[in-house]
Amino acid sequence: MRITVASGKGGTGKTTVAVNLALSLSDQHPIRFLDCDVEEPNAHIFLKPHIDVRRPVEKLLPRVDGNLCTQCGTCAEACQFGAIAVLGETILVYDELCHGCGLCAMACPTGAILEEPHELGVVETGTARGFPFAQGILNVGEAMATPIIHQLKKDAESDGLVIIDAPPGTGCPTIAALKDSDLALLVTEPTPFGLHDLKAAVGVARTLGVPIAAIINRDGIGNDQVADYCREEGIPVLLRIPFDRGIASLYAEGKAIVDAMPSWRSWYQALYKQIEEVSS
Amino acid sequence: MSSILFLSGKGGTGKTSLAGAFAVFTKEKVLVDCDVDAANLHLLLDPSIRAAGEFEGSKLAVKDDGSCIACRKCVDVCRFRAIDAELQIDPYLCEGCGACVYVCPVDAIKLSPRVSGRWMTAQTRLGPLASAELDPGEETSGKLVMHVKQKANELKAELELEKLVIDGAPGIGCPVIASVSGVDAVILVTEPTLSGLHDLERALGVVKHFHVPAFLVINKADLSLQLTERTRTFAAENGLPLLGEIPFDPAVTEAMVKGRSIVEEEACPAGDAMRSIFKRFEEAAVV
Repeated sequence: MRITVASGKGGTGKTTVAVNLALSLSDQHPIRFLDCDVEEPNAHIFLKPHIDVRRPVEKLLPRVDGNLCTQCGTCAEACQFGAIAVLGETILVYDELCHGCGLCAMACPTGAILEEPHELGVVETGTARGFPFAQGILNVGEAMATPIIHQLKKDAESDGLVIIDAPPGTGCPTIAALKDSDLALLVTEPTPFGLHDLKAAVGVARTLGVPIAAIINRDGIGNDQVADYCREEGIPVLLRIPFDRGIASLYAEGKAIVDAMPSWRSWYQALYKQIEEVSS
Repeated sequence: MSSILFLSGKGGTGKTSLAGAFAVFTKEKVLVDCDVDAANLHLLLDPSIRAAGEFEGSKLAVKDDGSCIACRKCVDVCRFRAIDAELQIDPYLCEGCGACVYVCPVDAIKLSPRVSGRWMTAQTRLGPLASAELDPGEETSGKLVMHVKQKANELKAELELEKLVIDGAPGIGCPVIASVSGVDAVILVTEPTLSGLHDLERALGVVKHFHVPAFLVINKADLSLQLTERTRTFAAENGLPLLGEIPFDPAVTEAMVKGRSIVEEEACPAGDAMRSIFKRFEEAAVV
């Protein structure tokens, strides 16, 4: 089973839920943890993994051989991303716009375009607290997060229980993390921003056909609109985590709640029982 | 400085709350929401829509199964693994590059435009706003961000205004990079947690990569004095001017529930802190 912890809004507590769920289940189930928030991966702060393997993730960028190029402009015309342009006698390649599809190299009539690999980031695999752990890290300054998420999910394929920490938002990185999951566990907070972005995340999960359950974090602040919305939409709320300065300071220092407050372990184990019911 | 962008790296640190306060304080400005995945600024503003439209950001490969001869050349050429063993195109994996169209010997595949979101401009209690929303499950948020910025600049010219106050997205990827290009200053909003500090470091890396001046605000600073101290040290070591610190204050959420910025409500610790942060930013911006 693949459980993806996601949210529209950032900072609602995805990593807290994913990490504490993993730590509460790891002595009962064979689990695997994937941090797919490759722009800002934070689970390692709480799980302190030992990394065994680092593999670069690359895209192929076009490089033009000036001796063979006739400035015919076929490449610029073919490129759907505006990543290559003919300017007088030079060909400009905008690396950050290039998706690495290879069409320009195929279309070039004189074979003047070669492709060279360019590192977007890395996938790291290892172990944390006795279970397999993997994370992707996007290099600073790079725009394309999805190839790293795809590689991460491919490297860590497993038939067992996989817990995925997804990036916030509703765009392509979120889709890449959420796709083919058995459950979208959407973490939200009971505020107007939380509600607005929860609706967007529900839209994404439904479009992908992934069953949904919700967790309300910082319960007690804001208002009841998130709970009302979940009831109207038939989305089960499986856990409410109160706003608590003690929990906030554990988080600040990179400590897992279930380590410092062991009574939370049974709440997360009960959460998993409910997840099994919801997703079956 | 005619355009300021709020970024954070980590989500939920208070970018939009601070952008909302700057919306109250800044004169002659257009408000811009570049967090097209989860646009929230309008929730503080009572917008009434001036104009809106669909956004076609990318294309999608569409195959005519009737003329397909199952040669599988498209499967081999696609680097995004968007065409499966049954020769069906997955719209969530297709990037619309057209490589399959190029290799198809019988012209069975075409690129068709796809609507990936909508943009809008609105009049609000605190001034004009340009915003957008990505459709559920759609991609190309970076292009939509560029489009919103273009709409905001048009609005600024039309209404003869001077400034852009821009709310950005979390993370450091495509929508963030699209929002950073061309702005005059970035205000990074962080929180005193190890995650906040880790993400701040990466977000600052992106801002420096694009040579944009950056300033720092520590929100909810009293939730961990130890991490606030570490964040101050980080800022000092990296030449990142600290504009101020905001205490954790439930009044911020209470104002949000009413659909208002905290600084429009009665005086409170968080509102006062935001007021002095704005002053310091104005002083710094003049230099």
